[in-house]
Amino acid sequence: MLSKEEILHIATLARIGVSEKDVEKYQHDLSEILDYFKKLDEVDVSDVQPIGHITGMQNTFRTDKQDDFGELGKEEIMKNVPETKDGYIKVKSVL
Amino acid sequence: MIRELHEQLKNGKITSVQLTEQYFDAIEKKDTEIGAYLTITKKLAMQQAQFVDDKIARGKEIDLIEGIPCAIKDNICIDGVRTTAASKILDNYIAPYDATVIKKLKECGAVILGKTNLDEFAMGSSTENSAYKVTKNPIDTARVAGGSSGGSVAAVAAGSAVWSLGTDTGGSIRQPASFCGVVGLKPTYGRVSRSGAIAMASSLDQIGPITNSVEDAAIILSRISGQDLLDATSAKSSDKKYEDYLTGDISGKTIGVPKEYVESLEGEIKNVFEKSLEKFKSLGAKIETISLPHSEYALSTYYIIMTSEVSSNLAKFDGIKLGMRFDDELDSAAKENGLSKKLLETYLDTRKIGFGDEVKRRIMLGTYALSAGYYDAYYLKAQKVRTLIRRDFENAFKAVDFIYSPTAPEVSFKVGEKSADPLKMYLSDIYTITANLAGVPAISFPIGTISTDGNDLPIGGQLMGKWFDEEGMLNCAHTYEIN
Repeated sequence: MLSKEEILHIATLARIGVSEKDVEKYQHDLSEILDYFKKLDEVDVSDVQPIGHITGMQNTFRTDKQDDFGELGKEEIMKNVPETKDGYIKVKSVL
Repeated sequence: MIRELHEQLKNGKITSVQLTEQYFDAIEKKDTEIGAYLTITKKLAMQQAQFVDDKIARGKEIDLIEGIPCAIKDNICIDGVRTTAASKILDNYIAPYDATVIKKLKECGAVILGKTNLDEFAMGSSTENSAYKVTKNPIDTARVAGGSSGGSVAAVAAGSAVWSLGTDTGGSIRQPASFCGVVGLKPTYGRVSRSGAIAMASSLDQIGPITNSVEDAAIILSRISGQDLLDATSAKSSDKKYEDYLTGDISGKTIGVPKEYVESLEGEIKNVFEKSLEKFKSLGAKIETISLPHSEYALSTYYIIMTSEVSSNLAKFDGIKLGMRFDDELDSAAKENGLSKKLLETYLDTRKIGFGDEVKRRIMLGTYALSAGYYDAYYLKAQKVRTLIRRDFENAFKAVDFIYSPTAPEVSFKVGEKSADPLKMYLSDIYTITANLAGVPAISFPIGTISTDGNDLPIGGQLMGKWFDEEGMLNCAHTYEIN
């Protein structure tokens, strides 16, 4: 079973706020699923390379050129931002 | 169905505007009960329909899908249309651009009726995880439509769209198609660009069609596939018209049935499945029992990889850049050195309130699997087992042309029956996830029904094909369907 401290640590890493009750629920739910994952311990994977992604394609390049959405397009994009100032995304003070 | 409607449009038996209005009437009549749609795009649809009618009136040729009404899963962006992924965190999000598949469909003249319901961010197997509503199965509204593309599938099954687009990360197109008695296609990984689809697990996600027939699925695939530089994983492929490969002849083809998938089948599903094997035989196909020895590890492998990629993909929803910002006005216990309390609280509150339980559970699992000290044991291990699962398929396809099984181990279940038990819900995906892990194309199509509570509940058969052999796989399913 994952400890309360472990759940709080994961929640902080995941940036998900949790209440006391949430912590208990996650302890139960995550532990149950992680136990199920243990099944993989049976598999011998010494000499097996991991799959990065399935097509095996490498180095797909496109021209490094931005699409200009225009003034109207910019407005449409910025409408989705919770807080803006002078046409910029406003971020809370970082420090 | 698409071909018949196309003929009617071409011959002036019906106009696209009339056809589109018929579908909006159907939505109005049925959708309060079914709950397939989240947003109706009437203005857009009527403009598109009028444009097609004008084109026909001028004597211009129209494409097969031109003027025909469809529905789009609400995790695919349409310019100027609300796109929520059925999450509260995107409640107010208006997409500022078209996904590549939408761009292609608009160029073909498709008429878009609206956006359909899904499990939040496509995470679920029943469409009960939507932040807005549960989508019901049109055949029995006490039962789920399946998921995560439940809205897209229910819309087609209820006759509220001719066809629709869904996304499939572990079976999200095929399992609901099986539950609702329609056709659902997951193309080969790399066949269709995902640019503009809200990412769930990027090494597994594909976009695909949900239709009334295999031929319709082929027609749609021809129009949405192709390499796209905006999705670096999309593969080079020639512009095929898949509908031209449906010969209706599968004599001499070999269909492999994985013993690991069917040995636990019992009761009515077993009967329906065995009857379908007889039918394939009568059509000239050879049936062979094969082994995919790492099948029992697929579910664990899938859930580790998927949740890890989910935790990374959903990190962008932070209450700063786009979507909703929430504040619970409480002080949380979390602290992080070097980060202002105010900023941290914005992240924590927004994601706590904005995401539903299943999404948070998966982000937490994925964060754990990727965190320091656990990466090797979980994510890296799973990626290695994934190699073994892919190898199983490579070996199997040396001896057979297609792999066949039921799509799901069950018929549609009752609303609420599994929602309290995440692990039980995950087991619904047992036959479908391997196609995503291995990257092969797969299609679900109706093979029979089981009478339950006075309704004939559909069962889907699933064919998997070799990488990029959609034409062969579609022809096999098509041959089954027309006979």
